[in-house]
Amino acid sequence: MAERLLKNISTRGLKKTAKKGMQYRKEAMISYAILFIGYAVLQIGAMTGIVGRNLQGQFVPICVYVSLAISLNLVVGISGELSLGHAGFMAVGAFTGIIVMRVLEQYITIVPVRLIIALLVAAFVASIAGFIIGIPILSLRGDYLAIVTLAFGEIVRNFMNVLHFALDDKGHLKFAFNHTIEGITNEQRIITGAIGATGVTKTATFTYAMLLTAFTLFIVLNLKNSKQGRAIMAIRDNRIAGESIGLDVKKYKLIAFVVSAALAGMAGCMFGQNYSTLAPVKFNFNTSVLILVFVVLGGIGNIWGGMIAAALLTILPEAFRQFADYRMLTYAIVLILVMICTYNPAIKARIQNIWKKINPLKRKKDEGKKDKKKKSGKEAE
Amino acid sequence: MKNTFKKFAVIAMACMMVFALAACGGGGDSSSDSEGAGAGTLHIGGVGPLTGPAALYGTAVKNGAELAVKEINEANPDGVQIAWDMQDDEHDAEKSVNAYNKLVDDGMQVLVGTVTSAPCTAVAAEAYANRTFVLTPSASAAAVVEGNDNVYQLCFQDPQQGQIAADYIAENYPDAVVGAIYNNADNYSSGIYDAFKAEYETKGKTIAATEAFSDDANADFSAQLNSMKNAGVDFVFLPIYYTPASNIMKQASDMGYTPKYFGCDGFDGILALEGFDTSLAEGALLLTPFSADADDEATQAFVSAYQEAYGEKPIQFAADAYDCVYAVYNAFLETGLSTDASMEEICEALISQFNGGFSVKGLTASGEMKWESTGEVDKAPKIYLIQDGKYVEQ
Repeated sequence: MAERLLKNISTRGLKKTAKKGMQYRKEAMISYAILFIGYAVLQIGAMTGIVGRNLQGQFVPICVYVSLAISLNLVVGISGELSLGHAGFMAVGAFTGIIVMRVLEQYITIVPVRLIIALLVAAFVASIAGFIIGIPILSLRGDYLAIVTLAFGEIVRNFMNVLHFALDDKGHLKFAFNHTIEGITNEQRIITGAIGATGVTKTATFTYAMLLTAFTLFIVLNLKNSKQGRAIMAIRDNRIAGESIGLDVKKYKLIAFVVSAALAGMAGCMFGQNYSTLAPVKFNFNTSVLILVFVVLGGIGNIWGGMIAAALLTILPEAFRQFADYRMLTYAIVLILVMICTYNPAIKARIQNIWKKINPLKRKKDEGKKDKKKKSGKEAE
Repeated sequence: MKNTFKKFAVIAMACMMVFALAACGGGGDSSSDSEGAGAGTLHIGGVGPLTGPAALYGTAVKNGAELAVKEINEANPDGVQIAWDMQDDEHDAEKSVNAYNKLVDDGMQVLVGTVTSAPCTAVAAEAYANRTFVLTPSASAAAVVEGNDNVYQLCFQDPQQGQIAADYIAENYPDAVVGAIYNNADNYSSGIYDAFKAEYETKGKTIAATEAFSDDANADFSAQLNSMKNAGVDFVFLPIYYTPASNIMKQASDMGYTPKYFGCDGFDGILALEGFDTSLAEGALLLTPFSADADDEATQAFVSAYQEAYGEKPIQFAADAYDCVYAVYNAFLETGLSTDASMEEICEALISQFNGGFSVKGLTASGEMKWESTGEVDKAPKIYLIQDGKYVEQ
């Protein structure tokens, strides 16, 4: 039985390998193109003044959410596990980044250098959090994993609620748990429990955020197309078969989980650098679900789909401001409609049909294919 | 079956296209450009939570400000008119900055907002860099005004409330055994509590028992109340909002524990709470700048106009916003600027007004309100006793 299964998989795998290489290149090309075109259009729009202040203010959050969608896709799409605690890693990264930036302010004056160090430290701390939470829970599956990650997100938020950090006169970092630090001025406080971080110097810019998104994309796409990535996907598709050919299931799941956590930490760090204040309440369950919605709406495992969904769903609530009281209702209706249109097979087929009719490129291709078929048919005759 | 899908697809596509078109058209137009005759229109923007868990406060601010704008516009048909636009921020710093940017895009000149503290801190930094004058009706955290010369508060700061409460209790109830229950996940509550504790201890007294709770666990208070009871506390300080406070009162009375309560401005609204037995709040003290039951003429006029327009009693936030609009309007008139002035010019002029001893009367102060150059308000506190289901000023 097992033999037959393996044989089946391996032959199928061989046939698909060539095709998969193509698919990967296509996916990478589309993803990078979206990123580049998006950056160019928005940057030109901002320079010429076509894009208003409202949209300009969302540039960094859009990049951050796109990064988060890409990194969550690694767990949900590529590794096939449901994670509801992504905002937790984001929170770890955000607060780590804020502390690192504040502490290094006195030593390093060049902002990009400081930001890169902060991003790396944020990634490191978030990956440790991912590792610690990953070890016990990755032996869980499906719903249980979802519940534990949900709890993790809430634990992180509640932990942040009682965390205090400050920088005293001598430039020493002070830390307190569950009580306020005494003997310092308000300006010296970095993180004050539930109030969160205040007085953060904004250092995030659209370009930095876009570079981070490109980096995230680079890591995830390359991981997906590596030996490890194929192992991760093999385990997703059939855990028993993967185990039977000697893949270390826990190890590969942990790789996906930790890399995803580190990337989320970096995105969180960038997010924290974009606002003068940041409260732990921002990283609640709703934010985790929002990121998951980006991934699901873009198509689980479809990286550029998730990117587009993240950007659109960040802009839409703002674009709907003119609906005033009906804003959130409109947003919800659009969400539901998009879900139905992309997931109902009958409607999906219909839209694809219409798309084929409208799209001249595709039509030509199809016609070309038909011609080829005819030709090859004739030759055979 | 196929037909239904077809119909549905058509409807869905149509809906999407309408939304897409509508979204496209959103950029340039500003709805309130109808310039009145005479001295022009001052564009005041507001930001606050109109949806989400804090929507009650944002809506009250919106209503209160709208009432003031309507009054001003009707009273001065030939004078400076006000155009008011309020945007939703869902009590979220990120959305709040977006809302502020949207208002700037639409030509706002002065900001009355934002309603809640954390979002206001984020917006204040943006407004500081961008030079917008900000007068917040209700964002009471100290961080809102710190380092921002353009931001002023109409409400008491959280630490101010804690100090006032500590002074009042130490003076009027010297023999009380005081305990406190506060929300340590909320900066409003912990801000008041920290200042209260510090001030009360400098008076040479100690708090007998302190218990905390968080937003996630605000239904069952038996543990906190037992701790109060065991410590012999007969005076409980509750720097929290009225919903958890009502639960505390109910559960305390169920277990036969009847201490005296002292609340801050978040307490206001407890008597209007549906399903709450108001006799439980009898004898409680609260520190609030506004009471809908006060019998002075201005308050009565405001309350009846508000009830007529919105069908409910105004809460403190509505009165704060009402005062904010009048304060900004009067200060603007005193600067002598024309309504064509840019946001930056108005900002600098109003800053020098507010720093230069500008004072205004309002619903939320027993006398005149003035401002410190730090942005804090300087007004006399009001302490009320709940008696026979009404507020009685002490």
